[in-house]
Amino acid sequence: MSIPLTWYLILAAALFCIGLYGVLSRKNAIAILLGIELMLNAVNINLVAFWRYLNPAQMAGQAFAVIVFAVAAAEVAVGLALIISVYRRRKTVVADEIDLMKW
Amino acid sequence: MTAEQIIFLLTGVLVLGSAFMVVTVRNLLHAALWLVASLFGVAVLYAILQANFLAVVQVVIYIGAIAILFIFAVMLTRRQLLESGRQTRSSWWIPALLGLLILIGLVSLILSVPGLDRTASAMPVGLDTVQALGTALVSPDAYVLPFEVASVLMLAALVGAVYVASVDKK
Repeated sequence: MSIPLTWYLILAAALFCIGLYGVLSRKNAIAILLGIELMLNAVNINLVAFWRYLNPAQMAGQAFAVIVFAVAAAEVAVGLALIISVYRRRKTVVADEIDLMKW
Repeated sequence: MTAEQIIFLLTGVLVLGSAFMVVTVRNLLHAALWLVASLFGVAVLYAILQANFLAVVQVVIYIGAIAILFIFAVMLTRRQLLESGRQTRSSWWIPALLGLLILIGLVSLILSVPGLDRTASAMPVGLDTVQALGTALVSPDAYVLPFEVASVLMLAALVGAVYVASVDKK
């Protein structure tokens, strides 16, 4: 294991920032969810890297990564169901045009 | 430079390059496929970190389930933005600037904390990480409560997703 921990952290930080850019700059609601997936993966890389480098016998990092997996799957299922439902009613997936609850 | 570092750097280029394509490419179907490449790179990182179970779960759940869900959603809502107009907001440079600033801040923070440039110690002899993870997830003095809460959340989310996406029969 000759890779410094810093490399993993910097990679995860870069992945998080790319995901953040995607979330904030995209118009399409599905593309925003894609960006969120990238950010969740960046967090998971950090959790697993700290698990491996600090104390492999203590499974906290991996256990939390598993829970992040479950939350990500739940978030995608609900998010895409909402997007499909909105698309069926309003014929749009542009986040700016889904403004039914504004005012 | 050892072989392990070279593999890490190649994987890092794959992950970041595909992630960049995910947020920039115009066709959303292509973006979903680039997401698959990026997630696969993350699975390779888990394998390098010797988190065997998570590497498999990453491929099965993220690539096998979540990415396929995305492709289905793109297929069901397509033709809308595909031909017409740009995919990003007109003020796309504000998020780009924000992301760049946060990246610079995070990297300088990571580099300033002492002791983070350590390399990993060898795995403890006789530690079966898959077995240890399984025991930790169901033993009452470890993570059984978060695990069960996550499963209830999962059930509620799936029932909710089916309800929200179902067609009204009025």
